[in-house]
Amino acid sequence: MPLTALMAVVPMICVTLTGIACMMAEAFRNRGERMPIGGLGVIGLAGAGIAAGALWGQNTTSFGVVQADNFGLFVTIVLVVIGLLTIAFSSQVLERDDVPSGEYYALTLFGLAGMILMATATDLLLIFLALEVLSLAVYVLTAIRRDSFAGAEAGFKYFLLGGFSSAFFLYGIAFAFGVTGSTRLDRIAAVLTSRAATEHPLMLVAMGLLLIGFGFKVSAVPFHMWTPDAYEGAPAVVAGFMSTGVKAAAFAAFARVFLSTLEPMRAAWMPALSAIAIATMILGTMVGVAQTGLKRMLAYSSIAHGGYLLVALVSGNEIGKAAILFYLLVYGLTNVGAFAIVALAGTRERGNDSLTDYAGLWHRHPTLATLMTIFLLSLGGFPPTAGFVAKWYVFSAAVGSGDYLLAIIGVLTSVVSVFFYLRVVVMMYMAEGAAEVSRPIVGPVAALALAVSAILIFYLGILPAQVMTLAADSIATIF
Amino acid sequence: MFLSSLIASPLVGALVLLLVENRDGRRDALVRGIALAASVLTFALTLAVWARFDPQQAGMQLVERRAWIPAFGIDYYIGVDGISLFLVVLTGFLTPLALLSSWEGVHRKVKSFAIFVLALESFMLGVFVALDLFLFYLFWDAMLIPMYFLIGIWGYERRIYAAVKFILYTMAGSVLMLVAIISLAYLHSVEHGTYSFDLFRLYELRLSPSLQFWLFLAFALAFAIKVPLVPFHTWLPDAHVQAPTAGSVILAGVLLKMGAYGLVRFAFPLFPDAAAFLAPHLAVLAVVGIVYGALVAMVQPDLKKLVAYSSVSHLGFVVLGIAAMNTQAVEGAIYQMLNHGVSTGALFIIVGMLSDRRHTRLIADFGGLKKVMPRLTAVFLIITLSSIGLPGLNGFVGEFLILLGAFRWNPRFATFAALGVILSAVYMLWMFQRVNYGEVTSHENARLSDLTGREWSAVGPAVVMAIVMGVFPTLFLRPMEPSVDELVRRVTSRQQTVVMNRLEPIVTSSLDVCR
Repeated sequence: MPLTALMAVVPMICVTLTGIACMMAEAFRNRGERMPIGGLGVIGLAGAGIAAGALWGQNTTSFGVVQADNFGLFVTIVLVVIGLLTIAFSSQVLERDDVPSGEYYALTLFGLAGMILMATATDLLLIFLALEVLSLAVYVLTAIRRDSFAGAEAGFKYFLLGGFSSAFFLYGIAFAFGVTGSTRLDRIAAVLTSRAATEHPLMLVAMGLLLIGFGFKVSAVPFHMWTPDAYEGAPAVVAGFMSTGVKAAAFAAFARVFLSTLEPMRAAWMPALSAIAIATMILGTMVGVAQTGLKRMLAYSSIAHGGYLLVALVSGNEIGKAAILFYLLVYGLTNVGAFAIVALAGTRERGNDSLTDYAGLWHRHPTLATLMTIFLLSLGGFPPTAGFVAKWYVFSAAVGSGDYLLAIIGVLTSVVSVFFYLRVVVMMYMAEGAAEVSRPIVGPVAALALAVSAILIFYLGILPAQVMTLAADSIATIF
Repeated sequence: MFLSSLIASPLVGALVLLLVENRDGRRDALVRGIALAASVLTFALTLAVWARFDPQQAGMQLVERRAWIPAFGIDYYIGVDGISLFLVVLTGFLTPLALLSSWEGVHRKVKSFAIFVLALESFMLGVFVALDLFLFYLFWDAMLIPMYFLIGIWGYERRIYAAVKFILYTMAGSVLMLVAIISLAYLHSVEHGTYSFDLFRLYELRLSPSLQFWLFLAFALAFAIKVPLVPFHTWLPDAHVQAPTAGSVILAGVLLKMGAYGLVRFAFPLFPDAAAFLAPHLAVLAVVGIVYGALVAMVQPDLKKLVAYSSVSHLGFVVLGIAAMNTQAVEGAIYQMLNHGVSTGALFIIVGMLSDRRHTRLIADFGGLKKVMPRLTAVFLIITLSSIGLPGLNGFVGEFLILLGAFRWNPRFATFAALGVILSAVYMLWMFQRVNYGEVTSHENARLSDLTGREWSAVGPAVVMAIVMGVFPTLFLRPMEPSVDELVRRVTSRQQTVVMNRLEPIVTSSLDVCR
């Protein structure tokens, strides 16, 4: 087999190798010795990013089941950005919370490798494999603080429900195989050209089961139950990582399976997915309003954002497909940043999770409060931040395919979401803080990462044309 | 580049302020100086726009256009015409006054305060010059954030409630407009093959009356909340009363005009058939607002609240003028927007001065101020009379033109609206009498100091403008006229005469569909 046949998996290999290196480094680390293990991860991710750039536009395939098309590569780059930011925010927090950094980084990188694989896989079984790789890494990351009961509980809950959803997914693959005789997406698509196949009852069952499996991973209502518990119990940096990374990977595979392979069955999944999108947007924002903990609030907010992504998926037109990619990038930048500030504002003993812990943050640390405001305003979709352009893109897709109901519910729920984002802003700026709360300390690496995120959020909010063109080009290759 | 530098100049001032180290407010004076300098410079630029403006032309002038998001036909496209020119000048005029009025009232976090005011000014200017609907919406929504912070951080007791109510209320209206804007661009792509957010290309779209009806409603809701038109006005008393003086001045002076401006620039010319059908309904709300605002203002014990409700009444006149859609009425409406900006802005500045001195805004706590503060009373009187619409002062010209135009359109509306003129005299003069005349009832009032030099500079220009605009209205009306004429022609010529009869069944049928 020539080496060129491996091209499409190079980004994943980069990340996996450095993940293994991190594990080795941890094994050779003396107790109490400080080692820049995070740096290894940065090298691997940089390699993956460069490889993705080099593969751009070449549409290479490995083993027939991993396809490095522009769509997958765009998501790969989004994942690299999410990974780099997560590592930058983690270093300081890990030391403070005394988390073994080798394990942490290795798991993060393995998770990312699974995510990258999921975004580029074109075989249902491989997608399942990638799903399991990333899920296992994330389950452990959720419970990585061994001294935290909440973390252990969250990890366990997430593991049980996640395992459950994987079973659904696998069952769906089995049915699809039963009808079409293959698990490869291109072969399934080839069978689904006739009406007999698309209306085959078992194929409908397969589609429904796959929908449930994806629904769990993107935390769509009614499969969202694990999300608030998992995000609340997990360390804040991990919550930021999984709320963005898992979502990006899962949406990539979701779009790939439903918008290209199962496109002939649109009539069957469209109504179901529309209903799920509506329920997700409404429940995410309505319940978000009632939260008093910041991590839970951000969890419901991420459910709602999943709903907006579903709107783009349902619309299914060219704009919608590109909007998914753009939205994932923007959401990744913003949400990782917001969770990072939760992590940085906390201490080892206190997670600083209650909204009241943020009272007067502006007076204690104006820069951190300003950055948090930028992230929250972007999540709320205010111009001139990237969040506005992303939402506008999604709603343009919905209007373009005549889904006015989805667009209107989308904009109205985003007003509701503004209410709870602003509650944090009110706390930070307009309430007096308790005297005993200390001023958070932000290390140079985290500060740099925060600054870069904020600048990118404004850049994508004011001059989005280039990245939008890139996203539009990415979808041309596969759909 | 001229208009762009106008939009950018307050932002540049804000950026300079970001670089000023102001720990514990040690360099507040410098911060205030920079902010004032930036806003005065911006005012000078707005005057330069006026000077360069050719009053003979109807179309857009000083146009700048650059591709921005080509895939969606979004351009950075700005320009001014006779309709927006003076709103731009008004924004430039009021911002330095607002800063001066809060010179001492705001004493903590002065730097952030100045940054928010300057950012707000930039976005407001952007709203008035944007000719691309995407750009317009961007400025329209972005503007909420600095205003939210101004109310929420530097406001009075119930500031947080007022700030959140302000932002949610306005957003709820404007997001539906966002869907309507996207729909327009999409409809353009259906008709011409490409997306476009260019206002003038969207003017030319051929839309069915029922489609126009829904899109008009989405736009009109956003603008009606901003104006505010009764019954969408409930955010206004809270926001105006709780905002710091500078916030109230900008809110009343400029922000409310955006709603009326939106109706003139977007809702009416984009959807002429729906506008013709809905204008009488809009006028009913406007007239109700005129009378209701005046009656509620009459019974307010709080000075700021009284001025706030008087705004509801005055803005009712503006909307009535727009609904009438003839040259006189629209010119009157725009003129009245400027008047209201000057006189209500000045009223809020004066109320701010009183409440800075006495830490109360209740009318009952004052009385006999004429003996203690004769200069302030004199200024107060001129502004009060200008707000009432005394001939010779600015308010008269606008109201007169609106009533004239409205009478030509529909005498009944004009008759009821004229009632508001009388009522405004009642509540304003009664308030003025209770505050300034009579005996000095409280010993605290006896020791109040009269206007300082800084306060003269805040309120003096407004007094001068009230007189100039009352005596030389043609100075302002002439540059407006060609643009207003063209607007009226654009709206009325495209209205199909049969539309009134035809639209009704369509609307009822589309309502049935919704059920």
